Amino acid sequence: MKIWNVSIIIVSAIALTLVSLWIGQQAYSWLPPQAAAESQLIDDLFSFLVTLGAFIFLGVTATVIYSVTFHRAGKYDFKDGPPIEGNITVEVVWTVIPILLVLWIAGYSYQVYDQMAIRGPMEVVHLHTPMGMESAYAAPMDSSTKPVENIEVNAKQWAWVFRYPNQGVTSTELHLPSDRRVHLAMQSEDVIHGFYIPAFRLKQDIIPKRTIDFEFTPIRVGKYRLTDSQFSGAYFATMQANVVVESAEDYDKWLAEVATHKPSPAPNQAAAEYTLQTKGLIKTGWPAVKPAQPPLVNYSN
Amino acid sequence: MTNISVKDINITSGANPDHEAGTGWKRYFSFSTDHKVIGIQYIVTAFVLFLVGGIFAMVIRGELITPESDLVDRTVYNAMFTMHGTVMLFGWTFPVLVGFANYLVPLMIGARDMAFPRLNAVAFWMVPVAAILLMASFFVPGGPAQAGWWSYPPVSLQNPSGQLINGQFIWLLAVAVSGVSSIMGAVNFVTTIVKMRAPGMTFFRMPLFVWAVFSAQIIQLFGLPALTAGAVMLLFDLTVGTSFFDPAKGGNAVLFQHFFWFYSHPAVYVIILPVFGIFSEIFPVYARKPLFGYRVVAISSLLIAGVSALVWVHHMYVSGTPGWMRLIFMLTTMFVSVPTGIKVFAWVATIWGGKLRLNTPMLFALGGLILFVFAGITGITLSSVPLDIHVNNTYYVVGHFHYVLYGTVTMGMFAAIYHWFPKMTGRMYNEGWGQLHFWLAFIGTNLNFFPMHPLGLQGMLRRVSSYAPEYEFWNIVASLGGFLLGMSTLPFILNMIASWMHGKPAPENPWRAIGLEWLVSSPPPVENFEEIPVVISEPYGYGKSEPLVAAAGEVHNHK
Ligand code: HEM
Ligand SMILES: [Cu+2]
Repeated sequence: MKIWNVSIIIVSAIALTLVSLWIGQQAYSWLPPQAAAESQLIDDLFSFLVTLGAFIFLGVTATVIYSVTFHRAGKYDFKDGPPIEGNITVEVVWTVIPILLVLWIAGYSYQVYDQMAIRGPMEVVHLHTPMGMESAYAAPMDSSTKPVENIEVNAKQWAWVFRYPNQGVTSTELHLPSDRRVHLAMQSEDVIHGFYIPAFRLKQDIIPKRTIDFEFTPIRVGKYRLTDSQFSGAYFATMQANVVVESAEDYDKWLAEVATHKPSPAPNQAAAEYTLQTKGLIKTGWPAVKPAQPPLVNYSN
Repeated sequence: MTNISVKDINITSGANPDHEAGTGWKRYFSFSTDHKVIGIQYIVTAFVLFLVGGIFAMVIRGELITPESDLVDRTVYNAMFTMHGTVMLFGWTFPVLVGFANYLVPLMIGARDMAFPRLNAVAFWMVPVAAILLMASFFVPGGPAQAGWWSYPPVSLQNPSGQLINGQFIWLLAVAVSGVSSIMGAVNFVTTIVKMRAPGMTFFRMPLFVWAVFSAQIIQLFGLPALTAGAVMLLFDLTVGTSFFDPAKGGNAVLFQHFFWFYSHPAVYVIILPVFGIFSEIFPVYARKPLFGYRVVAISSLLIAGVSALVWVHHMYVSGTPGWMRLIFMLTTMFVSVPTGIKVFAWVATIWGGKLRLNTPMLFALGGLILFVFAGITGITLSSVPLDIHVNNTYYVVGHFHYVLYGTVTMGMFAAIYHWFPKMTGRMYNEGWGQLHFWLAFIGTNLNFFPMHPLGLQGMLRRVSSYAPEYEFWNIVASLGGFLLGMSTLPFILNMIASWMHGKPAPENPWRAIGLEWLVSSPPPVENFEEIPVVISEPYGYGKSEPLVAAAGEVHNHK
């Protein structure tokens, strides 16, 4: 009898593991395309967490569903169940296993964060840990590679403006060269905004009166969306911009061409809505903060 | 009659002059000091506010059913999610749990009332005051607060109406009022639990609900001062032009976030711990087994309360937070899952091999347990810094915390309402309507909140009134689920009203449960116990058929 039980447990554990591994592989398809080197690291981490999570979730729910199905009291059965109050071994095991799991997850997350080296609001103390495993994607993020592009990002209610100081270009569309590490210096004119490109899996709040450094490496040519990720007031949802990742040659060509354009005011959705103020079925006339002046740029889309 | 017991708990011994003997419905509208009346006052008030918050939620889901901003103005949308969050947290979850704690704690520990009955009544009456204040903000020029329930400056300091009395001002007052009320409640609960336990009710004989309330209220004592300080400083910035948080005047906007989350993360445990307590009360009854690992589960509540004070920066990973801080708080946050996991495993082991009866309270508790496991797993993913950088402020987070706040807390509250309904009203509820309510709520919850996870992973932000068309499909599913969830409260309301008026009379102990509250009549008499009981054994003695209290003559042998 005992052997029978043990083999059932082993078979279910194997089945559970296989299903969880499969779900973990599916996790990649729940995410946007991987357009930055950092996104590959993060997706691997996510897939790992989904695998573990699926194992735990399915394990617990299967146990509950099994009990609910097979351990029901009959209609006239008023007896009590077995008065088991605890079991020290079991309790120690299910305390130690989560502790080990937590250390494992934290260690792996730490490595990923370290390899991303995105800088953020303050100098990253770049610790090199012995446990840091070699990653296939480490090359573009090697901290010794100096970023090749320095771009200024300016956020205000409700517009993004990008400045390429070396070429004297301003734009409402963010152009980035592919396969090169870029460095952004981000500033906000009014409230806290958030710089977020889902395809890059990268996000950083922009705190007013500070310059926030941010670094990453785009790797996939295409057009993506940048959104404001920190609630910034009435027209928050309109604060979006295009991100164009292109080959280094196309990128240089674009900069050279745009540099010849005469600056002109960019169209702006928040400003347009503010002057119209007729949208919506229910009108309250509650005042909103007046959008900032439309930026003067060489290029807008 | 012996008087050992009376001496031990003389705070409420003798007749309480404020305890009017009335039993009519009018006492629920009076300044009653009976903890049971106050408990029901809290629960009913909170449920009304739950419906108000629910209406705001319907407006939000109505707007999001299409990608364009076409149902309400953007300002109205912003007010809706701000008020929804505020009302659901400060109007529903906190008060409803305080209501249950008020009703149950004195009964469960064998006391005649709370330690400070009048303070208790004052604390309750501040809740409707705060709620009316909040609702009044719809009528000031500029409308209610629009900066989200966390009110980060500088957005919360921008005042386009130019009026001194504006929505944000009223919002801060209401939060302060509700904070003061909570501090009063916390002092009262901690004192009651420490001082007023019946003879023989040692800490390790207390029901787990009492342990949970105790741990949760300790959090209120250390956390609320931080939130209140932050709110008052913000109020000064907004009204008299100080510059604690206003960067334009040299203030520090991130400082507010520290004040805010230092309380508001632990606050989620103030909410969830009593629900864990409710699960721990319900599973043994309907599985007819003692709670597995009682002592470990009790201590894990205190551990959760302790660790919760050290995790607040996980809400600020992408804010102005240096790398080392991100990593330290990642580790502390992840460690919360250890005591939480212990509880989950203990509940599953309690159910395992039991004699299960799937009445409405048990259904809600089981549903809540499964939804909580899901929420806990997404919580772990959020605590991992690199992944949180991607999903922070997206719908993934919204999905996570609604699985917690609806899936776990609200389901747990319904479990509690059905379970103790016979005790509170002296009537049985209707089982069929209860089960219908459960299934509508369970399906509605998943339809409403599951789609938020794929949306967030794809990058859809929270707090947006319009979104890119590629997100439409999951938003339609979520909105339909939201409307279903709204409908699911109808059978509940009907059941409660009809059963309270015409339900079958309830016996003392319809569930054959072990616990002091089941030894008194349904509903309990004004001062709970004619004679203070003497506790002689552990709670949850199912299958061991031990008596819980000593018979009157035996009292001298114990103690
Ligand atoms: C397994 C344990 C849990 C973990 C590891 C966890 C982790 C987290 C993390 C890291 C965040 C921040 C996400 C972000 O802003 O990007 C978060 C958000 C949140 N959590 Fe949890 N959580 C857990 C359980 C709970 C519980 C028990 C509650 C409440 C009863 C709760 C309620 C919330 C709420 C309301 C938010 C959103 C706050 C906001 O950003 O507006 N969580 N959680
Ligand atoms: Cu938190």
